[in-house]
Amino acid sequence: MLELTDIRKTFFRGTPNEVRALRGVNLTIDRGSFVCVIGTNGSGKSTLLNAVAGAFPLDSGRILLDGQDITRWPEHRRAKLIGRVFQDPFSGTAPSMTIAENLALAARRGLRRGPGLALNVGKRREMRERVRAMGLNLEDRLNNPIGTLSGGQRQSLTLLMAGMVKPALLLLDEHTAALDPKSADQVIRLTEEFIAKDRLTTLMVTHSMQQAAALGDRVIMMDRGQIVHDISGIAKQRLRPEDLLSRFDEIRRANQLDETAAEMLHSQYV
Amino acid sequence: MTLLIGSLTIGLILSLLAFGILISFRVVAFEDLTVDGSFALGGATAATLIVGQIHPLLATFCAALAGAAAGGVTAILHTKFGIDRLLSGILVMTGLYSVNLRVMGKSNVPLLSERTVMDYGDGWAKLLFGDETVVSIAGWEAPSRDLSSLMLMGFAAIVIGILLYTFFRTNFGLAMQAIGDNSKMIRALGVNVDLMTIGALMLGNSLIGLAGALMAQYQGFADVQMGIGMLVWGVASVILGESLVGTKKIGFLIAGAVMGSVLFRLLVAIALRWGLNPNDLKLITAVFVFAALVLPKFASHGSRLVRRNRDA
Ligand SMILES: Nc1ncnc2c1ncn2[C@@H]1O[C@H](COP(=O)(O)OP(=O)(O)OP(=O)(O)O)[C@@H](O)[C@H]1O
Ligand SMILES: [Mg+2]
Repeated sequence: MLELTDIRKTFFRGTPNEVRALRGVNLTIDRGSFVCVIGTNGSGKSTLLNAVAGAFPLDSGRILLDGQDITRWPEHRRAKLIGRVFQDPFSGTAPSMTIAENLALAARRGLRRGPGLALNVGKRREMRERVRAMGLNLEDRLNNPIGTLSGGQRQSLTLLMAGMVKPALLLLDEHTAALDPKSADQVIRLTEEFIAKDRLTTLMVTHSMQQAAALGDRVIMMDRGQIVHDISGIAKQRLRPEDLLSRFDEIRRANQLDETAAEMLHSQYV
Repeated sequence: MTLLIGSLTIGLILSLLAFGILISFRVVAFEDLTVDGSFALGGATAATLIVGQIHPLLATFCAALAGAAAGGVTAILHTKFGIDRLLSGILVMTGLYSVNLRVMGKSNVPLLSERTVMDYGDGWAKLLFGDETVVSIAGWEAPSRDLSSLMLMGFAAIVIGILLYTFFRTNFGLAMQAIGDNSKMIRALGVNVDLMTIGALMLGNSLIGLAGALMAQYQGFADVQMGIGMLVWGVASVILGESLVGTKKIGFLIAGAVMGSVLFRLLVAIALRWGLNPNDLKLITAVFVFAALVLPKFASHGSRLVRRNRDA
């Protein structure tokens, strides 16, 4: 379904700020699988999702999605296959346009945008039903600018928008991180329902060990641009948040060891 | 009276300019400085073709196409060659000065003895007022020809405004609006933002070229200088229009652009009547735009201060 082969990306190559953000990532995700991505800050989780979405060209590697080689496709072309929700609630919606207009934009994700009217009575009715089904009490506010809504409401709508045209792959990058705990819970509950309903293939970045343990059928942990743990099947079902925390500790200790080793070598040989 | 009618007519012609600026500056949030050049290009193209005995409607249409081409070049410089937006517009505007001289072959083309689109108004005038050349409205005397030009331009502004509004309600037009509002989001929804930006600037500058063409035909000549200050003029109209309608809904903004343009022209006419030196006009327009851009910030700053004082 999604197949990443040895993808690499270095930012600011050849400058003092060089960042090797992806250092040979291999990952194959089956259709209908829901994968949580965890890892420390700067480990490359967002970069991985952005690479799949096409935000920048790769240095090397190959991306197959839905049987097609999309490595060289520009971002807007990949949008046909990929639905996204960003961390920042302001990123996923057009603030001065109304809820209905935003939904109308999403209803044509990856499709031709021609001279047909974007909104009419029938489409509005359908939107009302979809919004009502989310239980956010927003169905009577379709003509309000989306900028007047709360972060949680926006994220919920962005989620709805990502699914209006069924995506081959759904990318969620810490989409509850900017929300208060109550809205975050609500958005996560919606996310779960939403993914289960259409059996969407999903990659979800999260900082919450609870979420990573409870949701999905697979967890991958990233560190310094690589996948260092990959837990699925029975092991994933038995996974508890504490297990994940202890793996974080292992990585932290290993990294410290690396650093002290490097310092030692440095002081001895330089 | 003649002065009033003239001001209204020019205000209506320049509302097409305001539409163009609305599209580039507001709808796709691209600070497009091509305007002064594409306005004069529209005038130059229409005038030259009309003198060359091309049908005035066709000549006017070609002027719009020329404007679109100019806008397209600016957008391509930015999107494909990565040149800064402002610089792209400045490059094209500067280049257009020579192009306009080339098109006209001289710095000024008179149209006084030519057939122009304004003549279509004469037909209407005959229908409405018979053979009278002077009509009296509520005791005021006005030449029927001036009145017919006014009606013609009012008709043009309304029809084009409605067409634009309809355009922005289509799937394509809605996606164009999203570019200025959140380009990251609309790219993630599958829109080629570069192409859409090129399209928007072509549309905007075609309207600006059209305004230039109508202006040349109304005033009876095209001049290589006729575009100078048009950008600031249009921005002033758009800002004035926004404050008149007080919303960001596209339909209101379009109507606001017409109202802003006409009102601004009237204010200027009144100021000139009161003895304002025409040479100071551009400075005053610039100061007006400055004030309109800066005052709202001071106002909100001020209200914050007030609130803080009250809390203390
Ligand atoms: N567009 C970019 N340009 C330059 N550097 C980048 C870019 N995107 C990411 N990086 C760098 O790549 C590294 C990995 O960043 P990334 O955002 O993928 O981390 P992350 O795992 O998502 O972290 P966080 O948990 O903080 O979101 C960081 O050092 C970051 O500074
Ligand atoms: Mg991140």
